[in-house]
Amino acid sequence: MIEVENLTKFYGPRPAIKGISFQVNKGEVVGFLGPNGAGKTTTMNILCCIIPASSGSAKVCGYDVFDESLEIRKRIGYLPETPPLYPDMTVTSYLRFAAEIRQVSSNKVRASVDRVLEKCTLKEVRQRIIGRLSKGFQQRVGLAQAMIHDPEILILDEPTIGLDPIQIIEIRKLIQDLASSHTIILSSHILPEITQICKRVIILNDGEIAAVDSLEGLTSSLNKSERFILKVRNSENGIQDKLGALDNVISVKAEKDNEFLIECEMNSHVQDQVARMALENSWGIEELKIVSMTLEEIFLHLTLEENEPGKVKNGAGV
Amino acid sequence: MRNAWVVAKRDLGSYFNSPVFYVVTTVFLMIYSFIFFQILTFFSFQSVQAGQFRGMNVGLNLNDMVIEPSFHNMAVTLLLIIPALTMRSFADEKKSKTYALLLSSPIDLKEIIFGKFLACMTVVTVMVLLSSYNVGFLLILGEPEIGPIVTSYLGILLMSGCYVGIGVFASSLTDNQIIAAVIAFGMSLFMWIIGWAAQAASAEMGELLHYLSLVDHMQRFLKGIVDTSDVVYYLSFILFFLFLTHRVLDSERWR
Repeated sequence: MIEVENLTKFYGPRPAIKGISFQVNKGEVVGFLGPNGAGKTTTMNILCCIIPASSGSAKVCGYDVFDESLEIRKRIGYLPETPPLYPDMTVTSYLRFAAEIRQVSSNKVRASVDRVLEKCTLKEVRQRIIGRLSKGFQQRVGLAQAMIHDPEILILDEPTIGLDPIQIIEIRKLIQDLASSHTIILSSHILPEITQICKRVIILNDGEIAAVDSLEGLTSSLNKSERFILKVRNSENGIQDKLGALDNVISVKAEKDNEFLIECEMNSHVQDQVARMALENSWGIEELKIVSMTLEEIFLHLTLEENEPGKVKNGAGV
Repeated sequence: MRNAWVVAKRDLGSYFNSPVFYVVTTVFLMIYSFIFFQILTFFSFQSVQAGQFRGMNVGLNLNDMVIEPSFHNMAVTLLLIIPALTMRSFADEKKSKTYALLLSSPIDLKEIIFGKFLACMTVVTVMVLLSSYNVGFLLILGEPEIGPIVTSYLGILLMSGCYVGIGVFASSLTDNQIIAAVIAFGMSLFMWIIGWAAQAASAEMGELLHYLSLVDHMQRFLKGIVDTSDVVYYLSFILFFLFLTHRVLDSERWR
């Protein structure tokens, strides 16, 4: 559906993206992850034919973004970071305009507007002025605008930015609903969002792809060690040392008085020994659970630390 | 073309739903009506005098002494007023980030530009036509010739088209409406007075400068003559600035 090859974009002398390549298949939901300035928006703008790339090629639905941009623009729905809303229009008239400008044939405009009003639960505010709506509603109007022409591909740039937690959940649910029938590219630096919606993540950093993988793949390939937390009722001195003395344990860190973060070799089943030790010493196990690496940690790992050789790098493990 | 109309329709809605149109039109009508009234007062004053002195009434007619100067003044007033209407066309879209919607839509940049021009032009036309009540009084009370009035309106609208073209171009340069308005005003005024430089220039150069000047092409319209060369001048002037707008907006995508 989307093929990007060696895409580069310079803003003046400064490269915003440096030769990135990736593919998105039909029906996939892919997350762009990266710190601000990583090139997420630039990549999206190129895919939506808003700006041309400096070099490299990108194809959407088999059409080239440079030569056949009109065809692509018919098939793509774009929600930029700031939703492109005219504050002085009512929701309905705005959506009607969006439908007309997106070439929805005039006898279908009304039905399209009704469809997106329904889908984005905007019916109650259909006659309100956009400028007076809450941020959450505005974001939904933005999303409605992107799907008014029923595009095959939706490109959403930080769709939940600036919303409160309830609104975030609503938007997220909406995107999940859409995921069944659309190919979606989503960017965010809110990481749990990506975990919940996307099947695959493209991590961008400083204009380059730091990793492309499924979430499980990312987590497992980065985890060379296992970690788990032990929480006990009767804390006594020396627990930390005793745990540290066990085989295969790499390190033990006391999180609180009675809580320890144990890092051990992969698949060494240290938990068994820890549990036995806890029972023998009557520490009283409150909790013993595996901690998988969170997306935040993966993200920081990939974007802040130097990539060691052999790690996930540019397309590995797709 | 249909797409240009879609863009224009939205812009028109935004002009007529916001105070911009009403404020600008009110100011324009007040100033123009005031000028018109002054000219008319002077004319009636002279008419009264002419009644007392034989021979003075030669050349006293409404077309030459009221309508023509009033259109001259209208052209100047529009020069001051139109940048206030055109300043938002692209600057506002860029500022409020709605420009991305237009760019990501399957329409050509030319259609967007033409739509913007069309919207401004419609607003200006409505405004200019509203001012015609002044001339309407003369039609009721006096007997001015209709022909020159019609051609004057045609000339004024063509000239306004040039202001709008410059204004849309200025608006494409920036996302700041004030800057857009100042540039539009400055350029319009410059194109108006460029003929002044003809005095000091060589003969050929002087002729060229006169030809370029917006105001020189107005004269014949005010006299009731529609000269194709003037129409061509105005239309190519408009097209040139729309072309420049296209160049600016297109090259902006590459930066």
